[in-house]
Amino acid sequence: MLANRKLILAHFWLAFAVFGVALTLGAWQMFIRSPIGTWLSNPELYYRSLTAHGTVMGYVFPTLVAMGFGYAISESALEQRLVGVRWAWAGFWLIVIGSIMAVVPIAMGRASVLYTFYPPLIGNVFYYLGVVLVVVGSWIWVALMSINLRVWRKAHPGAPVPLAMFANVAGSYLWAWTAVGAALELLLQIIPVAAGLKATIDAGLARVFFSWTLHAIVYFWLMPTYIAYYTIVPRAIGGRVYSDSMARISFILFLVVAMPIGMHHTFADPQVGAGFKFIHSAFTALVALPTLLTVFTICASVEIAARLRGGRGMFGWIRALPWDNPMMLALAFSFVMLGFGGAGGLINMSYQLDASIHNTQWITGHFHLIFGGAIVIMYFAIAYDLWPHLTGRELIELRLIRTQLWLWFIGMIVTTFPWHWVGILGMPRRMAYFDFSDPAIAPQALSVTFSAIGGFIVLASGILFLVILARGMRAPEAAAGPYRFALAVHQPATVPVALNTHALWVALMIGLTITNYGYPILTLALTEGTSVPAVYVGAQ
Amino acid sequence: MSAEEIHPDSAEVAARIERRWATIAVIIIVGMALLAAFAGIHRATMPQPRVETTDPSRLHLSGEFVESNLGSVLEANGNVTVRAIGQQYSFTPACILVPADTPITLRATSADVVHGILIQGTNVNTMLVPGYISEQLMRFTRTGDYLMPCQEFCSFGHEGMWGKVKVIDKTEFAGRAKGGGRLSCVGQ
Repeated sequence: MLANRKLILAHFWLAFAVFGVALTLGAWQMFIRSPIGTWLSNPELYYRSLTAHGTVMGYVFPTLVAMGFGYAISESALEQRLVGVRWAWAGFWLIVIGSIMAVVPIAMGRASVLYTFYPPLIGNVFYYLGVVLVVVGSWIWVALMSINLRVWRKAHPGAPVPLAMFANVAGSYLWAWTAVGAALELLLQIIPVAAGLKATIDAGLARVFFSWTLHAIVYFWLMPTYIAYYTIVPRAIGGRVYSDSMARISFILFLVVAMPIGMHHTFADPQVGAGFKFIHSAFTALVALPTLLTVFTICASVEIAARLRGGRGMFGWIRALPWDNPMMLALAFSFVMLGFGGAGGLINMSYQLDASIHNTQWITGHFHLIFGGAIVIMYFAIAYDLWPHLTGRELIELRLIRTQLWLWFIGMIVTTFPWHWVGILGMPRRMAYFDFSDPAIAPQALSVTFSAIGGFIVLASGILFLVILARGMRAPEAAAGPYRFALAVHQPATVPVALNTHALWVALMIGLTITNYGYPILTLALTEGTSVPAVYVGAQ
Repeated sequence: MSAEEIHPDSAEVAARIERRWATIAVIIIVGMALLAAFAGIHRATMPQPRVETTDPSRLHLSGEFVESNLGSVLEANGNVTVRAIGQQYSFTPACILVPADTPITLRATSADVVHGILIQGTNVNTMLVPGYISEQLMRFTRTGDYLMPCQEFCSFGHEGMWGKVKVIDKTEFAGRAKGGGRLSCVGQ
């Protein structure tokens, strides 16, 4: 049984509580800007809600899930009590304080700048300081993951690091480095202006800094999901991981190539030249590689499970899978959404196709399908799988769990498919309302209505999820035994150093970031006269 | 595992299948990157090559984006240049007038915060970042009215920031351009 159950439960409960709040705000936003809602008399309320939704869903919720899951992995995969528990609690409380510090100015309408900041718009300084505290809290987790692995290595010289921990530490390093972009933007540019020390800011440079964070953060959100694919799903459905080394290669590829590709977010920006846009576009194609490898390995691992259960034939084995097992269901839904979302991502990656949908509702639909769909549904699965080990009680309402997963899947599809469609029609993002009486906008009304209905299905599923977890705290006690991860078909006795350590890959990640970001950042920083007056939000 | 006893070479078979898939995946990736490069060069859909800067606090005083220079102008070579600015919460000119079947260069910037120009039903789509000039080449094949919303959050009035593009016949545009000056369809 896990030793630090309280610590892990605290992370998960806080994560899912703020998730519930942000989900409710999201559903309200879908409703209020749809034809079934009435026009908002004060559009500013919409942007408060949008800022809170993005800040919680982007920074607080996935970070807490990754941290709680990371501590659980460290204890169970390494079979070693967590080193630095006090520091872990310090990180947790920093996130609590940071979140409150950020949310208060948002609620007061003093920081309606959205979670992507958008300077020269400048909000209340405490909003940014709150976000910084959240990130600093998570950096404590990064350090702890590294330290725990080091302690384990000393006790087990030369032994293969368990896959779950290898991936977990890779994810933590990715986060540490990708957060640096936004940290530089906040510390060097935004906070001095928000604190009144400066009155001008280079908006173009800020956008480049933010793009450094904005793409790889998605892979940080993705890490717990991929760890679950490789190390939980095969065990939960009675199979084996097809290949341990391919799994390690996939996580290494994420670590190395998730970072130097962020400028595809600035394809339409005037402050970046065409050359670097092309380089980043090509690197973005590269990041599809670990996902393609993962799809193969996981499908093969699932097939192994099916054949061990007596599945036969080219495709007949699919029927032999344990479809009543929530983990199987979650994986299938996650893969379907990953497939559609990934295809959309390949479209966004090319400058030529991106021009048609840049900053339209297509993009919002895209990342909700990938993050809200493929990634978050596996967060649910992780929580369900870990819960008995954290509470010492069994989750018995499997039917309810399956209903919750089905609702989330259906809701996400109903929400995001029409969302993509109106994006193709050219509907812009981040608008508090649309004039559906305009004949040019009227054709989008039906799609937006469907999206809003999908939003409510998703909300219902989210509430059900919280209810299931809460009831799980009061279920009959049952010893869950030690928490185990999936084994590979050919469990490695030794692993090459390159696939067992991170140093080389971290160096490559930093090196590629410098080659792909160094020159654009330096030239922008050295260009004179690009700082523009700040525009304060909520100022009278 | 018992499978290993039955098939002693199973690890090798598994690795071979895996390598094959990895090769296919790499071919797909390289193919996509080449396709993007080809489309960019062959169809000439490339981002603006140069980074140009401008001072947003002096836009109204002198230079390319003074008010009298905003709008569409027919150049000597028959091409059209459109100059526009975005500010909280409108575009100037609010209605852009252009001819059909003509190469058009859109040059635009922002006077305050980050905005974006998106012309619905086309792939004309660019950010307006204060301090920098955005340039985009475009060509309309169909006459008519197009909506042109701001596509980037620019604070509380963002949802009300909609401009228009009116595409008219080439000869009609040439007739209107005879008088000189800068054309727009504001108030029409």
